[in-house]
Amino acid sequence: MRKIAIYGKGGIGKSTTTQNTVAGLVEAGKNIMVVGCDPKADSTRLLLGGLAQKTVLDTLREEGEDVDLDDIVRPGYGGVRCVESGGPEPGVGCAGRGIITSINMLEQLGAWDDKYEIDYTFYDVLGDVVCGGFAMPIREGKAEEIYIVVSGEMMAMYAANNICKGIQKYAQNGVVRLGGLICNSRNVDHESDMIEELARKLGTQMIHFVPRDNVVQRAEIHRKTVIEYEPEHGQADEYRKLSNAIDGNQMFVIPTPLEMEELEKLLIDFGIDA
Amino acid sequence: MLLNHTTSKIVERKALTVNPAKTCQPIGAMYAALGVHGCLPHSHGSQGCCSYHRSTLTRHYKEPVMAATSSFTEGSSVFGGQANLLQAITNIFTIYEPDIIAVHSTCLSETIGDDLGQIVSKAASDGKIPEGKHVIQAPTPSYVGSHVTGYANMLEGIVKYFAKKSDELKNQLNILSGWVEPSDMRELKRILKLMKVKNVLLPDTSDVLDSPMTGKFEMYPKGGTTIPEMVSMGDSLHTIALGEWATEKAAVNLDNQCKVKFSMQDLPIGIQATDRFIQSLAKLGSVSVPESINDERGRLVDVITDMHQYLYNKRVALWGDPDQLIPLAEFLVDMDMKPVYIVSGTPGKAFEKRMEKILGKSVPEAKYKNGANADMLLMHQWIKENPVDLLIGNTYGKYISRDENIPFVRMGFPIIDRVGHSYFPTLGYMGGLRILEKILSVLMDRQDATCPEESFELVM
Repeated sequence: MRKIAIYGKGGIGKSTTTQNTVAGLVEAGKNIMVVGCDPKADSTRLLLGGLAQKTVLDTLREEGEDVDLDDIVRPGYGGVRCVESGGPEPGVGCAGRGIITSINMLEQLGAWDDKYEIDYTFYDVLGDVVCGGFAMPIREGKAEEIYIVVSGEMMAMYAANNICKGIQKYAQNGVVRLGGLICNSRNVDHESDMIEELARKLGTQMIHFVPRDNVVQRAEIHRKTVIEYEPEHGQADEYRKLSNAIDGNQMFVIPTPLEMEELEKLLIDFGIDA
Repeated sequence: MLLNHTTSKIVERKALTVNPAKTCQPIGAMYAALGVHGCLPHSHGSQGCCSYHRSTLTRHYKEPVMAATSSFTEGSSVFGGQANLLQAITNIFTIYEPDIIAVHSTCLSETIGDDLGQIVSKAASDGKIPEGKHVIQAPTPSYVGSHVTGYANMLEGIVKYFAKKSDELKNQLNILSGWVEPSDMRELKRILKLMKVKNVLLPDTSDVLDSPMTGKFEMYPKGGTTIPEMVSMGDSLHTIALGEWATEKAAVNLDNQCKVKFSMQDLPIGIQATDRFIQSLAKLGSVSVPESINDERGRLVDVITDMHQYLYNKRVALWGDPDQLIPLAEFLVDMDMKPVYIVSGTPGKAFEKRMEKILGKSVPEAKYKNGANADMLLMHQWIKENPVDLLIGNTYGKYISRDENIPFVRMGFPIIDRVGHSYFPTLGYMGGLRILEKILSVLMDRQDATCPEESFELVM
């Protein structure tokens, strides 16, 4: 089983990209589990056709520790096993602890038992790695490869670099590696070149450049992935290419995060001078 | 034997503390709350915290210590502890019927960001606090400060909630007591009575944690500062705060909230600190010092002079809380003893300054340190480098005492292997006499046990 975590700045399109990639892999006949690690519990909406799912932490709150795996794992598009960690309402409690609790609980309940014959697990993690809880998916024995969703916008690149610092820390003592950057285009000037260069400096690759297309929004409104909503659309093929690239990926590295000056120079070189 | 891997070689440490000279904040918060009449301490966190804090107090005071807990589960640490605390408040007022619940936080509830103030006001607006009942609160994360900080925070919480300023000035003084024994609070009251100074003593754990055996369990013993007394503190003439670390926050709060000015003083341990306390009582209370108190002082000075030869130049190692250590060091110096090593796990920059003032000229060789790195290991290593004649501190010194074969007087918190501290004070001139007697007993016992036969004296 390959265990993959998707990180990236808030709002960059992690959940959308993850779910479309998963749909591509499903088409290719893979057996997949998606674990949403965001208190908003919206990481599997497109696969499930809505937000109806009960989160792991909801069941913990309502049923104590006596929880059944079937209560929290829902089959979605093409049989994808969907789980949402969930978490506290904004402003109270500890969402980071929630991620830890729910991943531990999934393990205890045997969510990854051999009988499920899972080929891929995707952890879709909220925004920056703000505390230890959000690094849970990259701790020892959890996700082994990480993809960072990024765009050519400054803050997205800052965040990607920051996430690399977290990966570096865990990678030095464990198996977790960076698999590449996924550029989710915002139509920034020279975006593809800039992210290629950022990837090179981080010691990794831009695994795919996903162009911007409004079909993604239309599919989202219909609570579907592009692959399900408009399988013939060019954008669906882009996600299929991304799935293929991830499926065939052989490049796994410990990233080399940039110093702030270096990162800002990159922005100037590509954003202004080029 | 027990600490035989301790070496005299002191290595600079950045992160490691071995056998810290302090304990958890909530223990202090519980102790301060127990000095309020009809008050049940409540620990907002997991059950283990509450159990540890209660049992530490019970081991020291040899009395049952009641406290409730929010009993955090894994779910509460994710979703926050508001639901647990609201339920607890309802349960406690229904089942245990205290007048006051004193809520303090724990490391867990602080770290997940529970806002005690917000939860308590929600309890009030939801009607969960019955008429005439009160819920007070204080933040007590143990990764900040020490048990003394927790005591100070709860004392501040009490004052903040209760003290009110009315139009009528009251002819009384506020006495904010630092962390001392029930016997010491009783002694403070005795002195105040002899001085004829009207006062409110806060907190007051006498008749709470030294209660007599009557055959009947009292959930809320008769002692403790009462609500009307605490309310009236806002109308007092002045506040005398005893022990900067434990009482300054509350004193400052009283000043800000009710414009009651305060004098920051040391705990009255030994001659000079007690002199200062008595003088300020006389001045602020506009009373004269009665002969009986002067006589107590005279008796203490008399014993010191009589026994001076046994005290002179004796090297002493001390550990405990700054509020005790500062006047105790001063007292030892006054008796021509040499407090050469002093550690406290309680942080605070003023500690070194005060010690420098007391020891700089008289005991220039003295080493002292406070904060997280000032631990019992450091103290032991100093002793290994150059031994001492006497140890004064809490029970945790017994390992060093046994290994290094050094006479040991127990003083401070916690004392969990001897009795007496709850019943015999160390404050005031009489308390000074008790400290002196204990010091002399162990030193003279040692002389009797080890001196050559030809120097073995019947009369000492």
